[in-house]
Amino acid sequence: MHRIAIVGGGTGGTVLANRLASELQSEIEAGDVEVRLITADPNHVYKPTFLYVPFGKKTVDDAKRPIEELVDRRVTLTIDEVTDVNTDRNRLSLADRTTRLHYDQLVLATGATLEPEAVPGLAEGGHHFYGPDGAERLRDELADFTEGHLVLSVVGVPHMCPAAPVEFPLMVDDWLRERGRREDVEITYTYPINRAHGLESVADWATDLFEERDISLETFFNVDEVDPDANVIETVEGDDLEYDLLVAIPPHRGSDLVIDAGLGDDGWVDVDRHTLEATAAEDVYAIGDVADVPTSKAGSVAHYEAGVVADRIASRARGETPTATYDGKTVCFLEAGMDEATFIEFTYGEEPYVREPSTPIHWAKLGYNESYWLTARGLL
Amino acid sequence: MTDTDDPDVTIDSKDASCPGPLMDLIGKVKTLDTGTVVELQTTARNSTTDVPEWLEEAGHELLEIEERDEYWSIYLEVN
Repeated sequence: MHRIAIVGGGTGGTVLANRLASELQSEIEAGDVEVRLITADPNHVYKPTFLYVPFGKKTVDDAKRPIEELVDRRVTLTIDEVTDVNTDRNRLSLADRTTRLHYDQLVLATGATLEPEAVPGLAEGGHHFYGPDGAERLRDELADFTEGHLVLSVVGVPHMCPAAPVEFPLMVDDWLRERGRREDVEITYTYPINRAHGLESVADWATDLFEERDISLETFFNVDEVDPDANVIETVEGDDLEYDLLVAIPPHRGSDLVIDAGLGDDGWVDVDRHTLEATAAEDVYAIGDVADVPTSKAGSVAHYEAGVVADRIASRARGETPTATYDGKTVCFLEAGMDEATFIEFTYGEEPYVREPSTPIHWAKLGYNESYWLTARGLL
Repeated sequence: MTDTDDPDVTIDSKDASCPGPLMDLIGKVKTLDTGTVVELQTTARNSTTDVPEWLEEAGHELLEIEERDEYWSIYLEVN
């Protein structure tokens, strides 16, 4: 029996399990191959939904579905937490303390974790839309926010969904205008480096739009701490910024599992950027946010990486030499307001071209959010 | 021997795409004492302009940028 273990039931892990169930259908049915998906959360969560929750356009329940409804019946689903990865013995330990699972090929798809507490005062003083609780709290806060200074601050880099920090101020600008509140709300966007975004073309695009929409831009703005009583952000560069409503992109971290297994010092797995194989151990791959590759931490990346790793793993399971490689393909929609959007597409080292925003692309983004569940099933 | 021959801290950001090296530096500098000499190794050409710009903004001192065979070493002192 050739055992394939996938840890993590987000976009990467779920797409991969379903792709493997399809590619190795006859081997699984013959009992020669097992594809096991191990995830602590019985629900699959589609995180891009959370961006729409503060604006009342989606609910947190829209973001989740039971994972057992999404995975192919040929996949062995284990709902439990992996507590240890032993790459010398090709073995996983589970939180139930009794189960140890052996693997021939392992894929880590454990994602990224929010860590607002890494910046003093941020958890108390800031809001975010990167998880269900944060998105709901921000929705309630925004509903009552009629005047003052709204600051969108990118505190942590790297972070999930590279487009979201730029989308939020453009959406909130539009949302406030529709409600006649915009004249009483000042909006500021801050970013750690000397432009509005890591990707130069997105930075240029956003800078022009911010100017058009009267959104202030602060660059070289690295948050050192937040004073939640005084409503002041203090930066590493020695600046202070007062706020009435702080929406932060919190710091992210990888997985302790990765650090403990010696697969990456900072919780992200060191991988070959093309094969996605771990550099520190044999028979181990990483996909999605936890893989340290020079592109964005985005659902599309996890999706495309899953396709490549499915091909490589299936080849090896059949005794063939794997040839599929990942070229860094990334696709991101960018909302430019409440009813217009654009999108970017790029590979490693490539600067994307930002098209003029349009209503049909906004509809396409909303349509994709609905059809995402087909992506999770490995169909789209 | 100058400070840059023997930095106190070396940050290896080779192969990280922009703005990774600058973010690696900012994250590390926050934890360092005044007077610490840091070498930032980067393969991203933009770092050779972005990093000095940030150092000036944040009040740290650029000591030297050295072009090596396959990467740049940017030396700085934390103020």
